[in-house]
Amino acid sequence: MERIPILRMGNYLLVTIQVDMHDKLALTLQDDLTNRITEVNAKGVLIDISSLEIVDSFIGRTLANIASMAKVLDAETVVVGMQPAVAITLVELGMSLPGIRTALNVESGMEYLRETVTGHEESDEDDGDSTED
Amino acid sequence: MRTTGTVQKTETVPIQSSSDVVVVRQRVRAWTTDMKFSLVEQTKIITAASELGRNTLEHGGGGKMELSLVVNGARQGIQLCFSDQGPGIADIAQALKDGYSTGQGMGLGLSGSKRLMNEFEIDSKPGVGTSITAIRWK
Repeated sequence: MERIPILRMGNYLLVTIQVDMHDKLALTLQDDLTNRITEVNAKGVLIDISSLEIVDSFIGRTLANIASMAKVLDAETVVVGMQPAVAITLVELGMSLPGIRTALNVESGMEYLRETVTGHEESDEDDGDSTED
Repeated sequence: MRTTGTVQKTETVPIQSSSDVVVVRQRVRAWTTDMKFSLVEQTKIITAASELGRNTLEHGGGGKMELSLVVNGARQGIQLCFSDQGPGIADIAQALKDGYSTGQGMGLGLSGSKRLMNEFEIDSKPGVGTSITAIRWK
């Protein structure tokens, strides 16, 4: 069966979506990722969508579902590399992807994950959120 | 707004499975690239086609997409016509509302793809089927 590979790097899981996903493949990725999070006790998930030429409501919803499921399993998700034309179209479609953390590229996505994940571990007692925005 | 242009060439893509929706996207991409739509316009048209193709599959039980090049005076456009022999849409005005969904989606398929195209027409008869025609002009 066709699958999107999930790479593990320490506490993080990395996924690069390089194919035009049909709906079932997107759902398989959702299942595989949530399983892998618990298997390896991942703290962060990075999804690179820079090769995706479109994100429609189904793919958008799958990304949002992955982020919420990961959150429940104590992992942060960041979606990186969205193309400008995709962002314009998504917003016009009516999806602004609330609840999904995004970053422009893999590097800043990893930086965000490192900050959030280590931030969690160090400051368990002060639960004031130190988000910079 | 029934006939807004002369149809010049057509192609039909069957929609019977979720991988056919991928083929729909690929064919629309090929057409919009040939017609030299800008990247943002291409992305919008392909996204609309993806939403409508999924509707044809999920709600119509499968059907087809007919792609056409339409010409109106000096203007050229791409026309997407999705048709199925499914249960039809009982209340079109309600189906076009953001957030209205009978499936498990977010209810953005119809309303969202209407925003992404220039012209949009739904022709549906309960028990007979649905056909949705959308045009984007250059």
